[in-house]
Amino acid sequence: MTTQLQPVELGSVIAPTVAGRSPARMAWKRITRDKVTMVALVVTVLFLVVALVAPALTALTGWGPITPDGRAIDPDTGNFPRGALGGISLTHLLGVEPGTGYDLFARIVYGLRTSLFVGFASAVLSTVAGVVAGLAAGYFGGWVDSVLSRIMDVMLAFPQLLFIIALTPVIQNALQTNSHGGTDENLRLGVLVVNIAIFAWAYTARLVRGQVLSLREREFVDAARLMSAGRRHILFRQLLPNLWAPILISFALAVPQNITTEAALSYLGVGVIPPNPDWGSLLSDASQFFLQDPAYLFVPGVLLLVLVLALNLLGDGVRDALDPRAHRG
Amino acid sequence: MSTTQPIREPQAAPAPGGKLLEVTGLTKHFPIKTGVVFQRQIGAVRAVDGIDFSVGAGESLGLVGESGCGKSTTGRLITRLLEPTAGSIVFDGEDITHKPAVKLRQARKNVQMIFQDPYSSLNPRHTVGTIIETPMRLNGIEPPQGLKKRAQELLETVGLNPEHYNRYPSEFSGGQRQRIGIARALALRPKLIVADEPVSALDVSIQAQVVNLLQDLQREFGIAFVFIAHDLAVVRHFSERVAVMYLGRIVEIADRETLYARPRHPYTRALLSAVPEADPDAVERRERIRLTGDVPSPIDPPSGCRFRTRCPKFAQVLSEDERTACMDQEPELTDRAGGNPVACHYPETVELS
Repeated sequence: MTTQLQPVELGSVIAPTVAGRSPARMAWKRITRDKVTMVALVVTVLFLVVALVAPALTALTGWGPITPDGRAIDPDTGNFPRGALGGISLTHLLGVEPGTGYDLFARIVYGLRTSLFVGFASAVLSTVAGVVAGLAAGYFGGWVDSVLSRIMDVMLAFPQLLFIIALTPVIQNALQTNSHGGTDENLRLGVLVVNIAIFAWAYTARLVRGQVLSLREREFVDAARLMSAGRRHILFRQLLPNLWAPILISFALAVPQNITTEAALSYLGVGVIPPNPDWGSLLSDASQFFLQDPAYLFVPGVLLLVLVLALNLLGDGVRDALDPRAHRG
Repeated sequence: MSTTQPIREPQAAPAPGGKLLEVTGLTKHFPIKTGVVFQRQIGAVRAVDGIDFSVGAGESLGLVGESGCGKSTTGRLITRLLEPTAGSIVFDGEDITHKPAVKLRQARKNVQMIFQDPYSSLNPRHTVGTIIETPMRLNGIEPPQGLKKRAQELLETVGLNPEHYNRYPSEFSGGQRQRIGIARALALRPKLIVADEPVSALDVSIQAQVVNLLQDLQREFGIAFVFIAHDLAVVRHFSERVAVMYLGRIVEIADRETLYARPRHPYTRALLSAVPEADPDAVERRERIRLTGDVPSPIDPPSGCRFRTRCPKFAQVLSEDERTACMDQEPELTDRAGGNPVACHYPETVELS
C-alpha cells in the first residue's frame, strides 16, 4: 500500500509567522485592550510611584510625617487647623492633623507606603505558602491532603479579625526584645504581615489544590511519568506553569484584601501604632473629629477607596486576561 | 516516506522465539471503599482479570473491545502507570511487574505511550520543542546533533514543520497534536509503544493519516506496538495480531487474517458483524448479530463464562446440558480443537459469511 504522508496538515499552510505566541503575551495583549483595567493599572502604578518617592515628595513640601506645624493649628479652637477644609493651603496640600499639626500630605504618602508594604508582603507570603500547601495537598492526595484540607477548613472558618486582635499584642510581647517597654514599629509591621498571611494562605491553597486535582489527571502528567520524571519535575515543571493564572489572580485579589484588613486592624488599634503614619489609624483618628473637620476623614477615606478599587479592578482584569473563557457576562 | 530522514538504523532482528513483552495472569482490581476516615473495602472493580499475551519485537498487537472492557487499563499496566494487582509483566527479559518507579528508568526508556486525547496529553504551557526535548533531558540523552536539532528532526519525522519548534500546542489541530505526541514517544527510541486509542479522538479524515504515520514508523524503526482501539477497521489495518477483550479478559487472540475471516468466539463474531460495510450487496448477505442488554458490571461479573448473559449462542443454540458448562466453568483461553486460542466452550468453526 502507499504510505505517503499527506502534507495537508503541515503548519506551513496555516501561518507564515513562526514565532510562537506565548500565553503570557496573549494575556498582556488582552489587558492592554481593556480600558478599565488599563485605568486601574495606571492608578496602581501612580500609587506605587508615590509610595516609592515619598521621602522626595515630603522634602519638596518641606513637611515630614511627624513634623508638627504649630502655626497651622489654632489653640483657641482646641488645636483645630486654621483655615477652611482642615487647613488645606499651599504649605499643607491636604491640610493638617487636628491636635498635632502634622502635615496630612506627608502622613498620607507615608501611610501609603505602610499600606502597600503590608498588602504586598502578606500577599507574597500567603501566596507562596498557599501554593506549596495546595500543590502538596492536590498532588500527593491521601493523608497529606486530608490533613492539609482540614487545616485549611479551620483557617477559613476562623474569625480572622478577632483572632488577630487577640494575637498581635501577645506575639509582639513575646518577640519584643527592647527593655524600655515601647513597641518596636518594625516588629509590629512584621507581626502584622505574618498574621494577615496566616489567615489568607488557605484561600490560595484551596484554589491551587482544586486545580492540581484536575491537572494531575491529565495525560501529560502520565507522559512525564513515563519519561521517569521525578516528583519535583512533575510539580514544578509540568503542573506549576499551568497554575500561574490562578496564582496571579489570587495574588492580585489578595493585595487589596490585605490592605483593607491592615487598615481595619490599624483602625481598631492593633495595627500600626501612632504617631507612625498609616491610613487605618488616620481614619480612626479622623472619625473623632468628623463633624468639626470632615476633610480629615474624607481625604484618606477616598484615597483608600480608590487604591483598593484600582487593585481590585486590576485583579479582575488580570483574571479576565488569563482566563478569557470564564467570568464574561 | 521519502521526506523522512532516517533517524537510526532499524532495530536488530528479534532473537528467534524471544518475546519483547510477556504478560501472564495480569490482573488489576480497583478497590471500592466506603467510610470517610476509617475506610474499608466493600468490593473491587475487576477491570483486568487475568490476561495473558505476548508481543514480539517489531510486532503490532491490536487490543480491541467495547468501552470499559479493560483495554486501556491493560495499556496503563504495561507502561506501569498503574500497579498490577497480580500477574507478571516481563519486558525484554526483565520482570517489571512491581518495580518501583526509580528502578523503572531503564525499562521506561524502551516503553513509551501515545495517548488518546491529544488535548490533554500535551502540556499547554510548554512549547513543542520543550515537549519533545523533555524526555531526552530527563533521561540524560545528549544527541550528537544537539537537543534542538534532534527535536526538529523528530518533528519532521512525524510530518510537522520543524520551524514550529517554538509554538504552543494550542496553535495546532488535533491531528497535529497527536503527531507531536508521537514525536515525544519516539524521542527515547523505544522498543515498544503502547498506543491507547491514538486516533479515536480524531476526525475520520485525519485518522488514516495518523495510522499511516504510525505504520511507517513501525516499519522504519522496527518498533513493537500494543495498539488499543475499539475500531476494528483501524486495528485490521494496523495490527498483525489481534486480541479481543470482554469484561477484563481476553476472549480470543489470533493473527489478523484468521480473526477477521474465521472468528471463533461468539463475541468476536458479533463485533465483526457490527463493522460498517461500504458495499450494499455485502450488507444484505451478511448476518448482523445484535447483542442485547448491557455489559455486566465488572464489580460482580457473571459466573462461568462472562459473556453468557449476552451470548446469542447461549440463548438460542445451546441445549440445557451444554449451558451448564457456560454457567459453571470459566472457559480458559486455549487452542480448542486446533486453530487460534479462544475462551469459549463451544467455539464457532465456520467462516464468517
